[in-house]
Amino acid sequence: MSVNKNTQTERRIIYLVLLIAVALPLIFPIGWKTEVSNYTKMAWDLVENTPDSSVVVFSFDYDPSTITEIQPMAEAMLEHSFSRNQKIIAVALWPQGVQMADQAFKVALQKYPDKKYGIDYVNLGYKVAGIVAIQAMGKSMQEVFPSDQSGIKYEDIPMLKKVKTLKDVAYICSLSSGTPGIKEWVMAARDPLGTPVTGGTTAVSAPGLLPYVNSQKQLYGLLGGLKAASEYETLINKIGSATIKMDAQSIAHLLILAFILIGNIKAFVTKKRSEQ
Amino acid sequence: MSGFMATFGLWLSVFFTLSIFSFLYKDNPFYKLSEQIFVGLSAAYWLVYLYYSVMVPNLFNKLFTDFKGNLILLIPTALGLLMLLRLIPKTQWLSRYPIAIMIGTSAGINMVRYAKTDLLGQISATMINPFASDNVITVIGNILLIVGTICGVYFFYFSKKQEGIRAVPSKLGIWFLMISFGASFGYTVMARISLLIGRLEFLLKDWLHIIK
Amino acid sequence: MKYKVPLIFAFVCGILVVISEFIPHRPFNMLITTLQDWFMIISGFAILLGQISLFQSNIKKIKNKNPDWPFYLAGLISFAIMLVFGLLWGTQEYAGIFGQGDKIQAVVGMKPFDYLFNNAFMPLSATMFSLLAFFIASAAYRAFIIRSFESNLLMITAVIVMLGRTSFGGMLTSWLPEGLKFLHLPNLSDFIMEFPNSAAQRAILISAALGIIGSSLRIILGIERSYLGGEK
Repeated sequence: MSVNKNTQTERRIIYLVLLIAVALPLIFPIGWKTEVSNYTKMAWDLVENTPDSSVVVFSFDYDPSTITEIQPMAEAMLEHSFSRNQKIIAVALWPQGVQMADQAFKVALQKYPDKKYGIDYVNLGYKVAGIVAIQAMGKSMQEVFPSDQSGIKYEDIPMLKKVKTLKDVAYICSLSSGTPGIKEWVMAARDPLGTPVTGGTTAVSAPGLLPYVNSQKQLYGLLGGLKAASEYETLINKIGSATIKMDAQSIAHLLILAFILIGNIKAFVTKKRSEQ
Repeated sequence: MSGFMATFGLWLSVFFTLSIFSFLYKDNPFYKLSEQIFVGLSAAYWLVYLYYSVMVPNLFNKLFTDFKGNLILLIPTALGLLMLLRLIPKTQWLSRYPIAIMIGTSAGINMVRYAKTDLLGQISATMINPFASDNVITVIGNILLIVGTICGVYFFYFSKKQEGIRAVPSKLGIWFLMISFGASFGYTVMARISLLIGRLEFLLKDWLHIIK
Repeated sequence: MKYKVPLIFAFVCGILVVISEFIPHRPFNMLITTLQDWFMIISGFAILLGQISLFQSNIKKIKNKNPDWPFYLAGLISFAIMLVFGLLWGTQEYAGIFGQGDKIQAVVGMKPFDYLFNNAFMPLSATMFSLLAFFIASAAYRAFIIRSFESNLLMITAVIVMLGRTSFGGMLTSWLPEGLKFLHLPNLSDFIMEFPNSAAQRAILISAALGIIGSSLRIILGIERSYLGGEK
């Protein structure tokens, strides 16, 4: 019983220390700089080198549970795309993605208030069935999205006049935290149609998607986690919400490493004692 | 009034946030209440967006504006209604038809897409010239990539017992997998901590105004 | 009829998808477009089925006065409220039965559905997953003990990646000369992710793909029938 109580007390101390370690750098920022990795640079290069007035697709495939990691990526990439004068089609394969898209556009449009709905960007909304919906978009966008969210018919939206299928877009950027997400876009858009795909994902999913960044260019770079979001903000010269949080991230990582070290020392000492 | 509602909304958010965090001390009624409210809100959200984003534009609008031209849509509607009969034990067997269509279609898509992307695409990406680069580190990396992929696939080959010399590539494969799991652990820590940072920022900035 | 016809449906749909991949011309392209449209509509009903099922299961627990039944009632009430708000006044993007709800928007500041989404759903969703940070800290202290060469490898990699993916890691090894820049923690971390990690993940992808192709073929050919339930 007292062993259980000790374990419980230990656990609560760990939680409290973690809480303090994460809160303090938020209150007293340190201002450490972020180095940019190759994967983020590749994604940035794709957006940067896509010609003016190209139509691109941004797919919001995440929900509020991963908003801290992915929303800064969405805002930064939207701003970058707007700065390159690209025309953005927003879609969502997760229902919560629709509201996430609205919030990201609100922030991006603060910097680019002259962008007009229907001419520079459009939100076509959510569609069910993941990879099947993407395959259907590869045959006919209008069939999948007969109208946008406000009811304007597909054929009446000026920027969509030349976009019949996914082959007519310059690239697809999928911001995803699971399935359906980046993998489905690679499978149903990149490999069969040749449309370049890039995107951002949570740090949990990133290691499993990195094999797609390869010589076959199945993915053009990948943003993985909060660090990648802050790297992208650095590339577009923005001090955004991701950059501000990196100090707390760094301190928390050091704390976790300290916990691992203390845990191993404790296990070693306990083992030695029991051997004696 | 909208000012009051905005303040009320903020305090509602704080209540739910702290109720969920209270689980860290121990399970309690506030956490259970918040958990069930989350389930209820989530289910309703899905249903509302399903209705507006899928059913209305792809089915109802098409049928109401041009019924004769879209008569064929009555077939998936009927199949969808058969799906709902799964709820009644006596008519459960009728739901097999739409389920079979969905499963068959998914199986066909998966077979083709996984063969192209995960099998042929990944094998092609491994068939590289490791010495193509001038950079020594990249050359070493490419060799590791090729050896690691082959040994990793070999590890998953269970049709013959891996012993003696046959166990060597398997062992190498395990080492590469351990490196991958270590990297995944590092990234997972990053992901989880990020989510906590987000919530703390909300509490310290939007609620307590400690952060500007 | 009850069992054989669904198997035929699964076979026809699966084969149609595969053939259309190799013959993307008429009539297969038309057939596959139709099938994909139907799939999206039927998926919608499948989600509706899931919601009704959840509703039924909660009602049963409340009727039977299971322990914690008041909480299930709260779940149902929140479901009903959100659904009614969504259908009556719509969402930010869509108009509801009562139109755009300008009057209620003036009172609440936004549509009631969006109000609940921003002030209830979003904090609940975000906080639920942020609990995992605490659990991973606790697991790091108690469970990640080095016991063998393989676990050593795992831990060393984790340490390099965790340090390399922070600003602190960059600072720690910024003093390294140009010739040893490979050992700069962010560079080392990127090397691990690009080569050994990608190699292992690629092996997993290839092996899983072979498994999926095999099981998909079994479903199409009717060898795998578990999705139909028992033979009744």
